[in-house]
Amino acid sequence: MAEGDRRQFFRRVRTTLAGAAAAVAAPAGFTLDTTKVQGAVAREYGARSRYETLKRWITPARFLGSTASWTPLGELNGIITPSSLHYERHHGGVPDIDPASHQFLIHGLVERPLVFSLAQLQRFPITQRICFLECSGNSYTEWRTPSAPSVQRSHGLTSCSEWSGVRLKTLLAEAGVMTEASWVVAEGADGAAMTRSIPLAKCLDDVLVAYAQNGEALRPEQGYPLRLIVPGFEGSINVKWLRRLKIVDQPYYSREETSKYTDLLPDGRAREFTFTMEAKSVITAPSAGMRLSGAGFHEVRGLAWSGRGAITRVEVSADGGEHWQDATLHGPVLPICHTRFTCPWEWDGTPTALLSRCTDETGYVQPTREQLRSVRGDKSFYHYNGIQSWRIGADGTVTNG
Amino acid sequence: MGDARRSSRHDRKRARRRAIVRHWPITLILLTAAVVNTVNADGEHQLFYGLGKAAPADLIARWDIAIGPRGDELPTGHGTAVEGAVLYALQCAYCHGTNGHEGPDPVLVGGRGSLATSSPVLTIGSYWPYATTLFDYINRAMPFVGPGSLKANDVYALSAYLLHANGIVAEDEVMDRDSLPKVQMPNRSGFIPDARPDTGAQQP
Ligand code: HEC
Repeated sequence: MAEGDRRQFFRRVRTTLAGAAAAVAAPAGFTLDTTKVQGAVAREYGARSRYETLKRWITPARFLGSTASWTPLGELNGIITPSSLHYERHHGGVPDIDPASHQFLIHGLVERPLVFSLAQLQRFPITQRICFLECSGNSYTEWRTPSAPSVQRSHGLTSCSEWSGVRLKTLLAEAGVMTEASWVVAEGADGAAMTRSIPLAKCLDDVLVAYAQNGEALRPEQGYPLRLIVPGFEGSINVKWLRRLKIVDQPYYSREETSKYTDLLPDGRAREFTFTMEAKSVITAPSAGMRLSGAGFHEVRGLAWSGRGAITRVEVSADGGEHWQDATLHGPVLPICHTRFTCPWEWDGTPTALLSRCTDETGYVQPTREQLRSVRGDKSFYHYNGIQSWRIGADGTVTNG
Repeated sequence: MGDARRSSRHDRKRARRRAIVRHWPITLILLTAAVVNTVNADGEHQLFYGLGKAAPADLIARWDIAIGPRGDELPTGHGTAVEGAVLYALQCAYCHGTNGHEGPDPVLVGGRGSLATSSPVLTIGSYWPYATTLFDYINRAMPFVGPGSLKANDVYALSAYLLHANGIVAEDEVMDRDSLPKVQMPNRSGFIPDARPDTGAQQP
């Protein structure tokens, strides 16, 4: 083959291959036989299929640095929330922190004030746990009237991940906590220098200084490179972009535990330091905004979780709360963790309402909206964990109420 | 002369002690070889790892900005509502309103007596239990577009201004590290402990 011919031949081969590659991206409406072409090549960092479009929903706000994004619970399966869809709540935006220069300080009532680099923290024995995080403002729309248009917008401020890091107890021992200490002030390196006070007893129990989420480094919006995980406590206390812990002898009454994250009662008094996220469940499918394609078999699917321990029971009602039947819990059933439940359901095509109610290992039963309001009134904002009802219309539409 | 010698011996001893303190992680490692294994109060074995460094005093000083109710961490400086009014008009009013209650951002002024009504307005004056929180929050987070940009005197003055606008301190009352923690907030006794579980939804 002459040199010129050879070059032309290879050029033709290349064009044909490029054509084949282009054909992989079939035009809409044209079904490609994927067994007749080579697929895409390996890539160094994965992304979901281009056909998948599930997104968080962002609460409209004047400043998007202080708002929330909600997990699309209705379309997700399993108990682990994909890191990219984990809910967010920031108070001063997402900082861009270089892990090589990030410092973490422990000081105050300690024998040895210490500063750690990320690399030093990673040398400590590692521990991990799967647990949910829930913003205490989750479901706030439901206090007055059930009104969120979807489970994403009523319950999407809860997510569940596997977190890895160092036990805070280990780090506190390293610094030597003095006997007069009773609280810990945690502070983030964000634009709000987010600050919360945490009881020392909790810090010596199960709190984690986490640097990994679902196996890889924390996402920036989840506190990269370092955050607290305070199992079972309201989201905002799981301080992200953690840079400092000051060991003190009383709570510090930061703005985020006085002006915000306190619970106003009907008599004008307010509860403070309401940390625990109580047991809660919700049917994720079918849920508001969805539409049943017809009468017959449907599987009712949902999530239940409790900040006090493991979920022991979930009941489902398919007649607006008249009768209840036990749902199946799907393992693993872990303490302080999203728990999957399902329940088979034959829809007869008439209007009805689907409800779920959970019980945790302490015997606590998820309350009705009326029970909550009878104690805390309707001016409360945080910690709504009432039973959620999804109305099924004759045409199969599902609405809140 | 005798005094001088005594004091220089004393200095040397002090210097040696300082050196031990400065190099304590190394000292600790030398003492422990690897990790120390002791038994803590729970009878669990507690390991010491000798990781981390002694925190430099200047880092602690720079970062020690959380102000507790006693005000221990308050910096030196001072300000009055009169001084604060000017700063507020320039740096805060365009977000919080000319008088602190017109918005668009959170209402800072008013709402006294509204907490038990059907439309409670939660503000510094009606709701916040400690004045130290005000200094702490303005200092770390405001103005929203430039968090951490204010000087101590400015933060005292703005705190004084917002307390005055809420009818809590006089126009010429000087706010500083002694006076601010002593300010009596109207809703100081309005907070109660968590009483949950509270819905009676408990199984036997
Ligand atoms: C660009 C707009 C903007 C400016 C300028 C601004 N703020 Fe704010 N301020 C906000 C927003 C937004 C919040 C609520 C932030 C959040 O909740 O995360 C806020 C919250 C506050 C709060 C807490 C209110 C509460 O009830 O919890 C105080 C106090 C405050 N600002 C004081 C000031 C002062 C003093 C200044 C001037 C130095 C200032 N702000 C300037 C936007 C602004």
